[in-house]
Amino acid sequence: MSVIYVLWLREVKKYLRSRVQIVASLGSPLMYLGVLGFGLGPVFQRAGEGKYLQFMAPGVIGMTVLFTAMFSVIAMLWDRQFGFLKETLVAPVPRLLIMIGRTLGGATVAVLQGALIFAVTLIAGFRPANLLAVPLAFLVIALIAVIFSALATAIGSSIKEMQGFQMVMNFLVMPLFFLSGAIYPLEGLPRILGALTRVDPLTYGVDGVRGLLTGRTHFGVALDVAVLLGVGVLFVLFGAWRFSKIEA
Amino acid sequence: MYARNFAGPVSDRPIIRVQHVVKTFGKLTAVNDVSFDVRAGKIFAFLGPNGAGKTTTIKMLTTLLRPTSGSLELDGLDPTTHQTEVRKRFGVVFQDPSLDSELTAWENMDIHGVLYHVPRQIRRERSETLLKMFELWERRADLVKTFSGGMKRRLEITRGLLHTPKVLFLDEPTLGLDPQSRNQMWTLVRNLNKAEGVTVFLTTHYMDEADRVADRIAVIDHGRIVATGSSAELKQQTGTDSLEAAFLKLTGTTIRDESATAADQMRQVSRVWRR
Repeated sequence: MSVIYVLWLREVKKYLRSRVQIVASLGSPLMYLGVLGFGLGPVFQRAGEGKYLQFMAPGVIGMTVLFTAMFSVIAMLWDRQFGFLKETLVAPVPRLLIMIGRTLGGATVAVLQGALIFAVTLIAGFRPANLLAVPLAFLVIALIAVIFSALATAIGSSIKEMQGFQMVMNFLVMPLFFLSGAIYPLEGLPRILGALTRVDPLTYGVDGVRGLLTGRTHFGVALDVAVLLGVGVLFVLFGAWRFSKIEA
Repeated sequence: MYARNFAGPVSDRPIIRVQHVVKTFGKLTAVNDVSFDVRAGKIFAFLGPNGAGKTTTIKMLTTLLRPTSGSLELDGLDPTTHQTEVRKRFGVVFQDPSLDSELTAWENMDIHGVLYHVPRQIRRERSETLLKMFELWERRADLVKTFSGGMKRRLEITRGLLHTPKVLFLDEPTLGLDPQSRNQMWTLVRNLNKAEGVTVFLTTHYMDEADRVADRIAVIDHGRIVATGSSAELKQQTGTDSLEAAFLKLTGTTIRDESATAADQMRQVSRVWRR
């Protein structure tokens, strides 16, 4: 347990010390909240869907968690480039513990960043329907964070150069975000788009958070959580397998 | 479980044994039928031009790579079948830096101690002793990114010794350091070797360093051992008066553009191979 703890603590300490990173990572969510939230708000309202900010705030929180967790790929590339990864790979501990420590650290950072954006949405005017459900929403946020942090570990174990991360951003992270229903309702989508949204794990994450914070859900929170738990187990196993294959 | 590794007195017992080891990456043979022994408590220099096979050999001994054929032993254990046990027995300073520069010196030491199961009290005491010995105690709370190159290298050695290893691998530890830092580092390593009996396995391109600190030297070129012996023996064998001259006589004077390309190729092949 102490191995998992020190590697988890390492990620959290580095995050809390990196104020520039914290501020910089607020950029995209603020842009989505400001430009889309207020820009599309009137159109959304005229379509009879209610306040757009209420709809999209959980989506922006989900987006933040996705992006932050996936940025663990960079942390891993960095560790590979600057050698710290090697220090852990020659240590007399099972790689599974190292992978779990890293993944939980990345997930915790993503949850902290999600909490920060949640606070920003509150300032912007978002109001949860039920305050008692907020801690439950954060459990769903934690699930999203673990899923994508494990995926980031798997990807970070497989790519060795920074250019690879651009591919990941363009062909994986952005589609995951745009298909998740974070910024548009899932009802009435064209069949193919609808099918694609259903294979995106983030869709269930955003739906679960939205359901708990606003009462509006497409699949039902129980199904969302069940899917997230299943995908979480799969991705953690996948990440552990890829991490076990790393050679320095 | 943590158990202190008592290096014990200098003896004729080989703590490292490499027999007929071959390592290939696709069509490239990086290490070709290499055999040598390192006796416990000694300082062993493994010298060779770029791309000769030094780092590949260290990676095999430190469990990061498996040999294609041949056998390896570290303290009587096979690194390919007893990875965890072997890893407890050595410390390593890699050619590339491996510190977390966003953490303090103390935090880097602490993580290492936990990874090697060193109990908290011993971890603290030994960290303090080593940081003082390597003149880093006053800077223990500073982020590593504020350290000079020499300080980082000293910290890596300090960290590698925290779990009281029997063998310390130093892969070009003085690369890029000024003469003062190099001098200080080797003085410290020599003192430590005497004080704790730790076996040191080093590679370097600075022949004067090997001449000064090594009890025994092996020269590798194109993946093959071309000579072994003490510095005096190598000079005698080659009829030269300096280790650098002996080294050039053994490995030739051609600049190893070819070897560098081979090394690049090796990395490239290795990348494909890992997929």
